[in-house]
Amino acid sequence: MSVVIILIVASLAVALLFLAGFVWAVRSGQYEDIVTPSLRVLAEDAKNKISETKSTLK
Amino acid sequence: MNTNIETFKYDNRIVRAFAIATVVWGIVGMLVGLLAAVQLFFPDANLNFQFITFGRIRPLHTNAVIFAFVGNGMFMGIYYSLQRLCKARMFSDWLSWFNFWGWQTIIVAAAVTLPLGLTTSKEYAELEWPIKIAITIVWVAFAVNLFGTIVKRREKHMYVAIWFYIATVVTVAVLHITNSMTMPAGLFKSYSMYAGVQDALVQWWYGHNAVAFFLTTPYLGLMYYFLPKAANRPVFSYRLSIIHFWALVFLYIWAGPHHLLYSALPDWAQSLGMVFSLMLIAPSWGGMLNGLLTLRGAWDKVRSDPVLKFMVAAITAYGMATLEGPLLSIKTVNSLSHYTDWTIAHVHVGAMGWNGFLTFSMLYYLFPRLYNTKLWSTKLANYHFWIGMLGILFYVIPIYIAGVTEGLMWKQFNKDGFLQYPNFLETILQVVPMFRLRAIGGTLYLAGAFMMAYNLYRTAKAGQFEPDTEAQAAALEKVPVIAGKPSWHRILEGRPLFFTVLATVSILVGGLVEIVPMFLVQQNVPTIASVHPYTPLEVLGRDIYIREGCLGCHSQMIRPFRSETERYGEYSKAGEYVYDHPFLWGSERKGPDLAREGGRYPAAWHYNHMDDPRSTSPGSIMPRYSWLLTQKMEVDTLPSHLAALRRVGVPYPAGFENGPAQKDLQAQADKIVADLKLGSVKADSDKEIVALIAYLQRLGTDIKSAPATAAVK
Repeated sequence: MSVVIILIVASLAVALLFLAGFVWAVRSGQYEDIVTPSLRVLAEDAKNKISETKSTLK
Repeated sequence: MNTNIETFKYDNRIVRAFAIATVVWGIVGMLVGLLAAVQLFFPDANLNFQFITFGRIRPLHTNAVIFAFVGNGMFMGIYYSLQRLCKARMFSDWLSWFNFWGWQTIIVAAAVTLPLGLTTSKEYAELEWPIKIAITIVWVAFAVNLFGTIVKRREKHMYVAIWFYIATVVTVAVLHITNSMTMPAGLFKSYSMYAGVQDALVQWWYGHNAVAFFLTTPYLGLMYYFLPKAANRPVFSYRLSIIHFWALVFLYIWAGPHHLLYSALPDWAQSLGMVFSLMLIAPSWGGMLNGLLTLRGAWDKVRSDPVLKFMVAAITAYGMATLEGPLLSIKTVNSLSHYTDWTIAHVHVGAMGWNGFLTFSMLYYLFPRLYNTKLWSTKLANYHFWIGMLGILFYVIPIYIAGVTEGLMWKQFNKDGFLQYPNFLETILQVVPMFRLRAIGGTLYLAGAFMMAYNLYRTAKAGQFEPDTEAQAAALEKVPVIAGKPSWHRILEGRPLFFTVLATVSILVGGLVEIVPMFLVQQNVPTIASVHPYTPLEVLGRDIYIREGCLGCHSQMIRPFRSETERYGEYSKAGEYVYDHPFLWGSERKGPDLAREGGRYPAAWHYNHMDDPRSTSPGSIMPRYSWLLTQKMEVDTLPSHLAALRRVGVPYPAGFENGPAQKDLQAQADKIVADLKLGSVKADSDKEIVALIAYLQRLGTDIKSAPATAAVK
């Protein structure tokens, strides 16, 4: 069953990479504001002609 | 404060290309699925043509819908949303098109090789090694393009969808590489470096996470982008979406062993897989509720807007599938459901409901925007929704019934303690009517896809395609504006993430290639003294078994239940599989388990059964394999196949393949021909059927010849 070692190492490598990503996200202030990002997504193509909803969030 | 406003263009051409590919391959994949479904109640639908026989087109169907339909849909959605979320054009147009054409080439290669029977037999990883390498290259190109775009983004905050895309690109690379460790034995033939139980564990670690990181995480990212956009509502809780993401990626990767419950896999690994699977309910349902609650106050729109209709149904299907999945991984439930059609129903809720419907909603959302017009017919799209919905219901309800029926009938004992249905065929004939209904469901779903294709075509005709969308945004403050153009190197230096990923991929490839062979070869020390490597003739027979996709319907893993040991014989031991490169346990029984098939029937029975299964088993749904009776076995491939097997650790003596093997093969073939003669069947010793019979007659016989004590371990 030595193959589990390979799988655990591979899984842990991925998990550690995610952990590093998480630490980076928190430290670099990605999650300081968790309200406006969800609103900003909606406004991003307000220029688009067919977007029938352009001004509701501005 | 940086007030340096930049003007740039989003690339819409690449999005359109992936969108068209999604529609085309979607229809192709569903058509192949329908053909496979029809063969399950009408075996002659293969027209006695080997290239479209169930065993070969089942992997074609799964690969087409997963990697061609959903794969292109994923690229379409990511290429559209990533540019807008990053406020940047894709990093490199060249890489975008390399990704597109590379992926389509791989799909075409799959569509050619799988019907030809060129397959590794590992589910959702069937493609042979040259194609596997191509997949790796194209995927790395996609990764570079994705990270490059993230690096040059003009929006500091990375929206949650981007995180889902990152998880996808990184994890799929690791999974693909780890599961693709294979020893070439010819241009389109290879043997897994892992054997038996080890191969099974790697395969289902991959298989489970392919579902997780190819069918789920990218689509969740797309949901978090397209649902708020379509509903014009911010996501219900952005905080919850962040928790959803991190919880999901940390839990998902440990759940793979739930595909191997009650198999020869060690118990602790099975329990670990089950526990993590159950924990997955929490983030999955958090995500589903977050999606549905986003529509609070907008439910009136759902009534009229087909895009939202498809999304609501898709998210609901996600919720159903992610509740059912963990339940199926509870060992008690799994003991009933495994190997039955229940699994098929489960995956189709996910594939048709979650992936299919979310893809349709994205297509209906994107086409009018790409072509600066309105959807040609909202009414037709609504019809598509309802016919698609009916299609799903007509598919999954009969197949759930079939699955539970099979599970119960297999386990049923009569009051005297004998199996109530000792003949496996009885249990399948019972559910054949359900297979017919399922084909109706598939037809309805496919009809909906055709309606969509026509609707999108008319939309495109009516509108004017916009190849680039102009946008403006301020540059990120952090990027230093060096005199002239900012240099490549300068930008990358400050962004370790990019290099970390590239380094991880290369380290992984290098490391695995080095470690795996020597590491595993030593592990395959036989634990059962009487288990021996396959003979040359059996190796050729096994190659045919793999080529024809027999494992699509026949498992080779007897679970330790009385209902199984009564029906098939002694339960399977890990030590019996040490020479199985790759493992052929299968995951589905449309026919009986074959782990102890050897010696059950005379050689002539197998000959007649392969020629026409209905002649020996009236009503059987197995296809005819009459071409095995006339095709000559490929003896000239034997040396390279044996040498490759030796390299992955099967102890054939040195020089065995140059002479002794051929002699051994001829002697065994002559013996099979003599056996056939006893059953008044005349056959030549150089035909493929002889090799296949040799393999089938060997299955599970090793421990029968062993002394009782050796068989215990």
